[in-house]
Amino acid sequence: MTDSGISFRAVSHTYRPPRGQPVLALDRVSLDVREREFLALLGPSGCGKSTLLYLLGGFLPVESGSISVAGRPVAGPGPDRGIVFQNFALYPWKTVRQNILYGLEKQRRPRAEREQRARELIDLVHLDGFEDSFPAQLSGGMKQRVAIARTLAIDPAILLMDEPFGALDAQTRALMHEELLAIIRRAPKTVVFVTHDVREAVYLADRVAVMSARPGRIKEIVETRFPHDRPEEIVRSRDFAEKVDHLWQLVRNEAIIAQGTRAP
Amino acid sequence: MRAALLRYAPLLLVALAWEAAPRLGLVRPDALPPLSAVAHAWVGLLASGDLVRQGLSSLENLVAGLGLGIVVGVALGILMAWYRPVEMLVNPLVRILYPLPRSALIPVMILWLGLGAASKIASVFLGCLLPVVLSAYNGARGVDQVLVWSALAAGASRRRVLWEVVLPAAMPEILAGVRNALALSFILLVAAEFLIGQRGLGYLISFLGEGGVYDAMFAGVVTVSAVGFFADRLYLMLMGWMLRWRE
Repeated sequence: MTDSGISFRAVSHTYRPPRGQPVLALDRVSLDVREREFLALLGPSGCGKSTLLYLLGGFLPVESGSISVAGRPVAGPGPDRGIVFQNFALYPWKTVRQNILYGLEKQRRPRAEREQRARELIDLVHLDGFEDSFPAQLSGGMKQRVAIARTLAIDPAILLMDEPFGALDAQTRALMHEELLAIIRRAPKTVVFVTHDVREAVYLADRVAVMSARPGRIKEIVETRFPHDRPEEIVRSRDFAEKVDHLWQLVRNEAIIAQGTRAP
Repeated sequence: MRAALLRYAPLLLVALAWEAAPRLGLVRPDALPPLSAVAHAWVGLLASGDLVRQGLSSLENLVAGLGLGIVVGVALGILMAWYRPVEMLVNPLVRILYPLPRSALIPVMILWLGLGAASKIASVFLGCLLPVVLSAYNGARGVDQVLVWSALAAGASRRRVLWEVVLPAAMPEILAGVRNALALSFILLVAAEFLIGQRGLGYLISFLGEGGVYDAMFAGVVTVSAVGFFADRLYLMLMGWMLRWRE
C-alpha cells in the first residue's frame, strides 16, 4: 500500500551561497503524497518548490526534518524516483535511442529486453523515425518527449517533474498534457509536478499544494480531480474556472509578496 | 576551385616572392635560397631517406609526449573539478606554473633525464599538460548539474557518472585545449631537438644550418611547418567528427 507514498515531515532547507547570507528556502514543510496520486506543487518563482523536488529526488541532502518514500527515508537518488527537468537534461552527445537506453543499461537489463523497451518507448512518445537524431536536431517538444521516455524507461514508481513543460509553446504544452495523462493512465505512477502555471496544475493534478513566497511553506492544499475523458468540456466548466480562480488568488498574493510589494 | 585558388593565393604570392627575391639580388642567396633550390634540396633529403627517418623519430616523440599529456591532463583536470582536495592541491600549482615559458623546462629535463628521447618526450609532455588540464577542468566544471542528477537518478554510481557524463560533456572544451597542446607540442619538440640533437627534424634543421647547407635547412623548416599545418587540419576533421552531435 505504501509502495510509492511520500511523506515530508517538517522539512526545512537553507541555501548557503558561496558569497552572501544563507537563505532559508523551505520552512518546516509537511506534506503527504498518496500512492498513485498526481500532486502539483504550485507557487511563485523562488518559493522553494523545485528545492522540495530536488530533496525528494535525493539530489540535495535533507538537513532538517525528514522525507520518506514507501516508509523509508530518502538517502540519495535512486531509480524508484525518475525525474524530468524543465530544460530536458538530455545527453546531447547521445542519440534519441541512446538517451533512452542509458537508464536501461544502468539497470543491467538484458540487451534484447533493453532494445525492445526502447522501441516501445519511442513508439509511446511518437518519435518513430527520430531514433538516431541527436537532441540538437529536435524541437523543444520532441526533446521533452525524449526526456520523458528516458525517465519512463526505468519504470520508476514515482515521477518527479520540475516545470517540465515550462519551456514549450502553448500548443505543444497542451499536447504534452494529453500525452502525459495518457501515459500515466496506462502505467499509473505517483507524480509530483512542480509548476507556476495555475491552469496546468488544476488540469493535470488530483491535488494542488500551494506554496507561500520564500521561505516556502505549504499554504493550502486544494482538491482538483477532474475526469480527463473530455478535456474541452472540463476546462470550460464552471467548477474548473472556480478552482483556477481560487488558486490564482492564492498564488497572486504570494507572487506579490515575493516581489516585495504590498497587495493593493 | 576558384574559392580554393583565392584561399591559397597569399601562399602563392609568398612563394613567388621567395623565388624572385634572391634571384633579383634583393636578398643574399645564402640567407634565403630561391624556393626552387629549396624544393630541389627537399627531394634530395627525401631520396636519401633522411627526411623520413628523422621525421618518424620526431613523430614518435611527439605522439608519446602529447598522448601522455592528454591522458594525464584530462584525468587531472576532471578530478580537480570533481574532488575538492585535488582542486585545492593542484589548482594553485597550475596557476603559478601556467605563465612559465615552457621551453625553459627543456634544460631541466636534460639535466634530469639526459640527452635522449626521454628528455624530448618529457618536454613535450610538460608543455602540453597545463593547457589540457585547464580545458578539462573548465569543461568539467561547466557540466550542467541536471545531467549529473539524471544519471544518478538512473542508478549510475558517482564514478560511472564521471566517465559517462562529465567526460563527454566536457569534450568540446577538452578538444579545444588539445588543439592548443598540439601546436605547443610541435614548438617544444623542435626546440628540444635543437638542444638535444641526435635525431629528429629539429636536429636535422640545426645540423644542416651549422653545416651551411642552407637550401636543405630551409627544406627542413618547410617540412616541419607543413607537417604542423596538416596535423592541425587532420585534428580539426577529427574534432568535427567527435562533436558531430553539436548543431
